[in-house]
Amino acid sequence: MIQWKSAAMAAIMAVSVAGAADFKPAVVFDMGGRFDKSFNQGVYNGIEKFKKETGVDYKYFEVTNATQREQAIRKMAQHGGNPVLGIGFAQGPAVDKVAGEFPKTKFAIIDMVVNKPNVQSIVFKEHEGSFLVGMLAAMASKTHKVGFIGGMDIPLIRKFECGYEQGVKYADPKAEVLANMTGSTPSAWNNPSRGGELAKGQFDRGADVIFAAAGGTGVGVYQAAKDAGKLAIGVDSNQNYLQPGTMLTSMVKRVDVAAYNVLKSVKEGTFKPGVQVLGLKENGVGWALDKYNEKLITPAMKKAVDQAREDIIAGKINVHDYMSDNSCKY
Amino acid sequence: MRRQPLPAWADIILIPLINIALALLVAGVVITLIGENPFKAFAVMFQGAFGYAEGVGYTLYYATNFIFTGLAVAIAFHAMLFNIGGEGQAYIGGLGVALVLLAFDHVLPFWALLPLAIGAAMLFGAAWAAIPAYLQAYRGSHIVITTIMFNFIASNLMVYLLVNVFIVPGSMSPESRVFDPNAWLPTVHDFFARFGIDVAPSPLNLSFIIALIAGVLVWLFIWHTRWGYAIRTVGFSEPAAEYAGISTKKIIMITMLLSGALAGMAGINEIMGVQHKLLLDFVAGYGFTGIAVALMGRNHPLGIVLSSILFGALYQGGADLTFEMPNISREMVTAIQGFIILFSGALTYMSRPWLERLFGLFVRDTPTEEAPHGR
Repeated sequence: MIQWKSAAMAAIMAVSVAGAADFKPAVVFDMGGRFDKSFNQGVYNGIEKFKKETGVDYKYFEVTNATQREQAIRKMAQHGGNPVLGIGFAQGPAVDKVAGEFPKTKFAIIDMVVNKPNVQSIVFKEHEGSFLVGMLAAMASKTHKVGFIGGMDIPLIRKFECGYEQGVKYADPKAEVLANMTGSTPSAWNNPSRGGELAKGQFDRGADVIFAAAGGTGVGVYQAAKDAGKLAIGVDSNQNYLQPGTMLTSMVKRVDVAAYNVLKSVKEGTFKPGVQVLGLKENGVGWALDKYNEKLITPAMKKAVDQAREDIIAGKINVHDYMSDNSCKY
Repeated sequence: MRRQPLPAWADIILIPLINIALALLVAGVVITLIGENPFKAFAVMFQGAFGYAEGVGYTLYYATNFIFTGLAVAIAFHAMLFNIGGEGQAYIGGLGVALVLLAFDHVLPFWALLPLAIGAAMLFGAAWAAIPAYLQAYRGSHIVITTIMFNFIASNLMVYLLVNVFIVPGSMSPESRVFDPNAWLPTVHDFFARFGIDVAPSPLNLSFIIALIAGVLVWLFIWHTRWGYAIRTVGFSEPAAEYAGISTKKIIMITMLLSGALAGMAGINEIMGVQHKLLLDFVAGYGFTGIAVALMGRNHPLGIVLSSILFGALYQGGADLTFEMPNISREMVTAIQGFIILFSGALTYMSRPWLERLFGLFVRDTPTEEAPHGR
């Protein structure tokens, strides 16, 4: 009997010790899957980097229907996942619900705000990064006409568009912005042929630089720019390498850094719940300059953009956020 | 060697089991090829589907959808109509449910909402099947083609409505507002919680019972009513049915309307039971899977319930499989599901001739049955 008791005690101790020291990262990717060449893959790169550096493996799941979001997040929490990372705004309600059921587990969500004491919400100031690439577009344009192609018509993409337009007008008040959205459903994120058609249309109307904030659809836009000898701007990841020579730059949104930092902060015990807003100041957004586009960016352009970056960080330039009032009046 | 006609139990139980075994064999080979242990994989799938309360809940939740869409396909099949449009009919059925709930969720009590929502699901599903049915009955346009086309029309209509009408202003996803909790179907864990019994939360809800009731009603209808008899007669031979004084046009309309109404009921489970809002693509292929479910269940409600549970287990066990064994991707799970659909749907009759010969070896004392063949 005594033996049995001590064994039980030992087991309980072991469990509680394991519970305290538990660091088992878990990620729930959304429908696109972890190799979508865009948003989900950015997160994948971030956690893979963390895995390489620390040797800590992670659990992941890719959802295939709407019901699985909540199931997967709950399952990660049940299996001792900590932190549990939800990717994309669509997982907001699921994280909200499961975070309430597992108050001791740490959760994080990207691109959405969930108000729970154990959730870190990470959102980006896409408008600031878009402002800078808008300036570059205006300065590179010879026709004073630049284009914007959005993916799915949602407030988030309007936010990109609005920031871009402000940057264009800041660098060249006379410039005109042509804008199209690819569609109004999630398939708009992965429709390269439609992206190519929209790009050709904008080139025909006189644009010579196009910013595509459209996930996988952008690939068609970049190809069209290459075919027409015009310029394109990538999004989310650094996509300059996709079409060297005609990619003016990319508006990078560092979801990889965000995911990496969540894991790191939990590991080091510095995890903070609440809303994290990553802008230019935090290097959460920015523009990409590398060997593929260095010939396209003149020193004058670089100087102007670097100055604008400083001014935005210092608050001298105020970039209007579309989502603050659902309109683009600035 | 002669063949022996199979006894009913072999036809209904043995052949499906052989088909599943063949499918698992092929799937096992594929799993071995990617370097995983197939026995462990199948054990994980089984455990995931039936091994714990939450898993069982998800299995039966998926099965609920399949029972509705499977019954829809089966009832049409009894009149030899191949309704491929379950996907669209379920989608539009969900629209009907959402319209009722969005309009009345704050006004009416639950017991009044439920029949209204069921009525709307059936009405909208039937309406979506009505045009292909009319075109088949009176214009001779093939039902397979028109129902497939109506799936696309449904999909585009729903996109339009969700993006332009139902979307909550300022929201990222094209989704309607969430219904008042008053309008949610009670889930199984809520039901048991009332009696102080703790059951793991899952989406399984009252609509599973409704699906079982629908199965009984379909069985009564097909085999114990005049209309059911007429439907089966049309299915066996249209000229014979006409000769017997049955209006085939009318029967085609009735059958397809019922088929659409049953498919529309999947909207009750998804919209009223689980999602509690109208959203894009909530049908997620359940309408198409219903075809395989009906084929495997031999268009009999009992068989459909059983094969729905099998497919529910494949969906839920498959999700658990990707969760437990990361080397097996979600695409791999789709492939395993595909094998089972292939063997139990498309290749249903592959094993039959061999089995008939095998039975012929053991049964020799039926010379009277041989006589008609000799003539």
